[in-house]
Amino acid sequence: MSEPGATIFSFCADPSSIDGFEWLACYLTTAKHLSIYWSVGTVLLLLAITAPVALLFGFGGASAARSRVWPVSIIGRSYIAVVRGVPDIAFFLFFVIALDQFFEYLRHQVKCPDWDMPIRQGNDFVVCAAAKLPLGNAPQWMHEVYGFSLAVLTFSIVFGAFAANVLYGAMRAVPRGQIETAEAYGMTQRQTFWRILVPQMWVYALPGLSNLWMVLIKATPLLFLLGVEDIVYWAKELGSTKTSKFTDYPHGDWRMWYFAGLLVFYLCFTKVSEAVLGRISRRLSRGQATAAGEAQRKAALS
Amino acid sequence: MTCWDVVQDYGLRSLGIGERLLPRSDFTLCQQVVLIGSGMLWNIYFGAIALAAGFFLAIATAVAKAHHNPLLRKPADAFVLLFRGSPLFIQFFFAYFAFLNLKSVSPMLDDLSSAWLGALIVLFLNTSAYSAEIFYGALMSIPKGDNEAADAYGMHGFSRFRRITLPTTLRLAWPAYTNEAIFLFHSTTLVFVSGFPAQSQRGDALYYASYFADKTFNPFVPYPILAGYFILLTLTVIGLFGIVNRRLNRHLPRENTPKIRLRPNLIR
Repeated sequence: MSEPGATIFSFCADPSSIDGFEWLACYLTTAKHLSIYWSVGTVLLLLAITAPVALLFGFGGASAARSRVWPVSIIGRSYIAVVRGVPDIAFFLFFVIALDQFFEYLRHQVKCPDWDMPIRQGNDFVVCAAAKLPLGNAPQWMHEVYGFSLAVLTFSIVFGAFAANVLYGAMRAVPRGQIETAEAYGMTQRQTFWRILVPQMWVYALPGLSNLWMVLIKATPLLFLLGVEDIVYWAKELGSTKTSKFTDYPHGDWRMWYFAGLLVFYLCFTKVSEAVLGRISRRLSRGQATAAGEAQRKAALS
Repeated sequence: MTCWDVVQDYGLRSLGIGERLLPRSDFTLCQQVVLIGSGMLWNIYFGAIALAAGFFLAIATAVAKAHHNPLLRKPADAFVLLFRGSPLFIQFFFAYFAFLNLKSVSPMLDDLSSAWLGALIVLFLNTSAYSAEIFYGALMSIPKGDNEAADAYGMHGFSRFRRITLPTTLRLAWPAYTNEAIFLFHSTTLVFVSGFPAQSQRGDALYYASYFADKTFNPFVPYPILAGYFILLTLTVIGLFGIVNRRLNRHLPRENTPKIRLRPNLIR
């Protein structure tokens, strides 16, 4: 099976006759290589969805941990605490199976109420066919979307706990006097929370959240472990030895170079994020009564 | 088969001692606890050695990073950026395939592509870079008065470094360094899921936990066991580092001793 002739450059029609730069240009634009470029999009999509969802989970967790109702507070605190002592990778591997089984179990309860066999039969997890996720006859893209959604949810739960920790700290960092003033004005608990605490906490949360964003970027290759065809998958796939039998572009074991490429990609990504986050932090601390804000004021004066 | 038999068969299975075949069906709780615990030996091995060796490289890198000579500073900066700016997962993959290519150079380099050496080198370099950043930060926040006092006493060069700079750096960096140690142990679980092969099924705790989860299709037993082991390990690390922390701060009033607070750092 030969790959279809690349169409991006006209000189790629016969790969065996070209070499040097042209060969490389053709090689890097084969149909399979386009998939690795697309999977960069997968990484960005994961970041784009996970970041806000995790922030939401984190906000929920932090608010729960602050709650005066102790069962709620216990739930919030244990959500934050449990991810601290355990390797995160264990959570990723755990949640991806656990969530899948949880959803299938729920659907099973709804769709097949008159099923009489146990769901856990020894080493098998059996639900009725109608409750399978995705359905057995679903097209391939449904499987991929479902796998990706599970991965996003897993990332959000784990990173939500970390965000909750950061936000919990930020809520406690808001000066006590601000809350007391709000109470003196006769604001209710709810008003104090939404009008005083939440708007002010972000500047304290930003360093932690920036750090979390960097960590999230560096966690994206773990998608590979959750069974998503991401850049790690394609780097392994494309880099492995290819003989002329299967492709017009035979080469030896190049996986090392593909992963070197990924290293550079992530280095650039972190560098760019660092620059952007630095700008945001400067912008947010302008006019704030913090050390950074004070330094800006002094710099403007001199 | 009693649980004691299982311990004898599988207690050191991760090192290749004991029963050759892993359990294949009718998994008991005892088997899971013993095998995952046996895998913890690898996590402790990787973490402890990388940490001990990385400590010295980290101090050297931090000093080089703070040096005024750019010939020392620039390489240290680049080293720290390379290992802190990219995912450890990708570093493992890259190192594994690079070591595979090195194999053809000389048979002496064969061991590099097996986990006990290759992964250890990556973890050693990685933790050195992360710790170097911590120590560098501490080095930069040594009180000015300490250095001025050293000047006043006429201390120079290495004796000043050993008696003034290093103790204060360690004291300031220790709480953050404790966290680094904890998360180094956590990241040792990445070794066997990232290319490095578990030869004849000798793997770490996560390797066995995911083995059981795959076989039983029930993640609710092996992963909590794994979590339990790691919480124990984390508490041990906090305890040991706490003893050192108390010793580093023994000349200060009790309430000035910085508390070690666990700060999550997640994956590198």
